[in-house]
Amino acid sequence: MTSEAVLTGEHFINGDEACAEGALAVGCRFFGGYPITPATEVAETMARRLPAVGGIFIQMEDEIASIAAVLGAAWGGAKAMTSTSGPGFSLMMENIGLGLVTETPCVIVNVQRGGPSTGLPTLCSQGDMMQARWGSHGHYEIIAISPSSPQEMFNFTIRAFNLAETFRMPVLVMADEVVGHTLERVTIPPAEEIVVVNRKKPTGSPETYLPYKTDSSFIPVLPDAGDGYKIHVTGLTHDERGYPGMDAKTQETMMTRLIQKVRKNRDQILDYEDYFLDGAEIVIVTYGSSVRPALRAMRGLREDGINVGLLKLNTVWPFAEDLIRKLAKKVEAFVVPEVNFGQISLEVERCSSGQALTHLISHAGGGIHTPQQVVEGVKETLRMLGSKRTKK
Amino acid sequence: MDTTGIVLSGSGGQGVITAAIILGEAAAIYEDLNAVQTQSYGPEARGGATRSDVVISEEPIHYPKVISPHFLVCLTQEAYNKYSHLIRPGGLLLTDSHYTKQTNKVDAHYVALPMYETVMEKIGKPIVFNICMLGAFIGLAGLVKATSIMKVLETKIPAGFLEMNKQALELGLQLAKNTKGH
Repeated sequence: MTSEAVLTGEHFINGDEACAEGALAVGCRFFGGYPITPATEVAETMARRLPAVGGIFIQMEDEIASIAAVLGAAWGGAKAMTSTSGPGFSLMMENIGLGLVTETPCVIVNVQRGGPSTGLPTLCSQGDMMQARWGSHGHYEIIAISPSSPQEMFNFTIRAFNLAETFRMPVLVMADEVVGHTLERVTIPPAEEIVVVNRKKPTGSPETYLPYKTDSSFIPVLPDAGDGYKIHVTGLTHDERGYPGMDAKTQETMMTRLIQKVRKNRDQILDYEDYFLDGAEIVIVTYGSSVRPALRAMRGLREDGINVGLLKLNTVWPFAEDLIRKLAKKVEAFVVPEVNFGQISLEVERCSSGQALTHLISHAGGGIHTPQQVVEGVKETLRMLGSKRTKK
Repeated sequence: MDTTGIVLSGSGGQGVITAAIILGEAAAIYEDLNAVQTQSYGPEARGGATRSDVVISEEPIHYPKVISPHFLVCLTQEAYNKYSHLIRPGGLLLTDSHYTKQTNKVDAHYVALPMYETVMEKIGKPIVFNICMLGAFIGLAGLVKATSIMKVLETKIPAGFLEMNKQALELGLQLAKNTKGH
């Protein structure tokens, strides 16, 4: 039955469709968006499926309006999302900041394509990873998730919504064209097996309620519009009541809370998978579709007796700082294949603080690395380590 | 079965990507196999050289693309010129004899079949050319059963068009069978 939100069973679908199915399965009932290759199939699937499950799909006039509609829908009580690619992601930046400061739970999917500008509409890139981290103005923390297969597009979109609802903030799904357009078997579990987190609602007296007063979690308990609690939703710096406060003290209190709500809960947010890290000389650090050639390269290299492990970052932001710092003391080098000219590799390099070599394997975009290119990158790193030892 | 790389190529609008998806779904859903299908195409909806990769394996598939295909299908001369050199030595290259001429020597088993002409003669609708190709392809390559392809067609094709697709699949299987007989 197409009217059911959870299509339990096995499907041969692409990552974009799997993303939409994940959103529907976790309770997303609003989509505001503007079609753009290679993210269009997310919108198409939502347009077809949402009305049948009592949800709302709106094709907005552009991406600025799309994210604005999503923020509004979230305040109206809906689990809401949008999907886009580079050019649309750029347009969404200001309102992503509004979502962060108003603590609005929502999900933004970026199926990355080659850029800058219009770039390569139909081909892959991972060029927006730092834009995801820093693209809106002001200082903030963000959560970004990076799937490497259609099954992960399904699973991670569910997790993105659960994190958004838990921490009351926009969560980014940083996919790419290869993940979005690859068809593979996606197993959708029975509805009762899907973990669904719903935002906490205020329960006390509306008279004494202070919307932005929080406990040690730093996460506010906010009402939806119309719940009967007074609420002021503003992009201006605001106090516990939600009233604008144009002074350094209010800024410090609000900003500390917005930053700490992610930093203090990092362990709960971080998700990664590791392969053969124990005793590894070299660790490939990878995310998104780059995981796939990297895994195959790792297997081949290990068969050749090279002691290489792999760290697959399922969450890219916040960055797995402590893990990289710890590993840097044990391993000789990190190898980072990226479809850009060095973004996450910069974070790896920062956290390894010179204790381990960081070697970027760059791909300009339009495709992903071949396994052989990753193999060559690891071998190049071994040569670099060799000459470093000789110098010592 | 070892990990097998397949490249189906042709012109935008010939249904190459659809055929690749049907092949992948038959393997991944109706047989006990893993399959990954990817594609590369330009912004145009018609024309241009279209390529779709399918990887089929009993093992988990990491790298989703095909570098050196075991099986290559070219449905236009442009696709042949662009992709024929990719074929793995000893692989199988299938082309359509109406659309392509063999212009270079390939280190592979080369089969040219009159798939387009047969479809036009027996059915008269070029829209099922891709399904005829799929029939010929699995007839030659094995990989998945014709019944698995049929199961996918039954879920994807509107009832009114199912018979025509089934007929096209059979024509392709027959063309492959005749070739094998020689």
